[in-house]
Amino acid sequence: MPRIYLDHASSMPIDTRVFEFAKPFLSSAHGNPSSLHSVGLEAKRAVEESRKKIAEFIHAENESTIIFTGSATEANNLAVKGTSLRNITQGKAVVASAIEHMSVLNPMKDLQKNGFTFTAIPVDSTGVLDLAKLEATLTKQTVLTSVMYANNEIGTIEPIKEISKIVHEKGLYLHVDAVAAGGRIPIDVQKDGIDLLSLSSNDLYGPQGAGALYVKPGVKLQSVMLGGGQERGLRSGTENVFAIVGMGEAARIAQQEMQQESRRLLPIRDGLIKEILTIDQSYLTGHPTQRLPHHASFRFSYIEGESILLNMDMYDIQVSTGSACSSKTLEPSHVLLAIGLKHEEAHGSMVLTLGRSTTMNDIQPVRKATKETVERLRKLSPMSQEWRS
Amino acid sequence: MVTVGYSKKVMEHFMNPRNVGVIENPDGYGKVGNPVCGDVMEIFIKVKDDIITDIKFRTFGCGSAIATSSMVTELAKGKHVDEAVKITRGDVANELEGLPPQKMHCSNLAADALHEAIKDYKSKKQTK
Repeated sequence: MPRIYLDHASSMPIDTRVFEFAKPFLSSAHGNPSSLHSVGLEAKRAVEESRKKIAEFIHAENESTIIFTGSATEANNLAVKGTSLRNITQGKAVVASAIEHMSVLNPMKDLQKNGFTFTAIPVDSTGVLDLAKLEATLTKQTVLTSVMYANNEIGTIEPIKEISKIVHEKGLYLHVDAVAAGGRIPIDVQKDGIDLLSLSSNDLYGPQGAGALYVKPGVKLQSVMLGGGQERGLRSGTENVFAIVGMGEAARIAQQEMQQESRRLLPIRDGLIKEILTIDQSYLTGHPTQRLPHHASFRFSYIEGESILLNMDMYDIQVSTGSACSSKTLEPSHVLLAIGLKHEEAHGSMVLTLGRSTTMNDIQPVRKATKETVERLRKLSPMSQEWRS
Repeated sequence: MVTVGYSKKVMEHFMNPRNVGVIENPDGYGKVGNPVCGDVMEIFIKVKDDIITDIKFRTFGCGSAIATSSMVTELAKGKHVDEAVKITRGDVANELEGLPPQKMHCSNLAADALHEAIKDYKSKKQTK
């Protein structure tokens, strides 16, 4: 049976067109964009062209709003720490949804060392932010509020426009982590009212090793990485030209093809959800409709996610899980706990993220493998007997 | 060298676990772990003349939790209870050609479940 890769949220293959486009910057076009000679300028021009493509991709005001980083984690750190510390005289409060990525939550928690208060806003059982709670929490002292465009583990899309309105009535800046949403659904930072937005290259079928932070004109932030002053002094360090050039091209292609691709994936995703939910005691996690078009996430009672992942891999089907046992910290997914799952329920999760290689023909083999996996692990589980009796 | 993922032996025991199931009216029963933590193991033993003649397990947990359960049943089967009670977590991990460092504690409870089952057997024997 051919491989069925359904873990695109973890890593995507680089688009061959992107690779061909950016390849010279791994070899012949090896210039440092900071060098003033012709070899350096060639690299500089390519980086600037990429910046323009990213700006167009998210409908930014102009290309100088884009700061390249080494990853989306770095973009999130720069957004959180860079704005909070720069605007410390305005207030010392930061706010985030309870389901943010760790690269937002951990820098926010770290800001507590600088005297900031950090508040996590709860979400409902489908993962949608509690807007009333957000409104009640924000004060004039809230320098930064961070809410993701869509969640990577449960696929839920957040009402960013409404959130933006609430944030700007009281607080200062809204940061949006768009790593999961980028390339899946259209993003317009101006219409959405976003001050800062993080993107990842690899999540657009670009090379690993590049991320970007959009910074709206007028937003004040400081660097977290000090050095030679690249990227307007906001992100020092020699640019990863290959990855940056690839990211721009990947964004350009995504902008052209995203709508058609999402339309192609939607019925496949719905087919997977329908088939997998025929398994006894299986549940969809996240929002049933307000969710990313390539995202299907589940939980199964009485079994554990790492076992699910390993067992599915035996069918050459690659999936992801929010199980504690699969994480480096051995903590269960904070996202699954935030939507109200008990610990033992959060352990049994499986996340499928579809991509360009996914076809309708994948539905039946995935259904069969999932069903057999769940049945086998339940036979091994002492908890399923309690359920039967 | 840094170990990447599970050993072949762990995967083999995960995919084909030995001695899965339940023994009705066991001579000894042990259950350890907690569903909140993500690992629960139970072991049933049948004992004749202090020799473990049959052993079964059921486990809720990750790959290493299932593989260590399977391995400990294999190690204990046919052994005198006083020998079987000496099987340690380390023995189980060694027999499986090692476990990733973060799995050494939480998912390596199988020996504990065996010890509980033997303890249960001994206390039942005393009350007889």
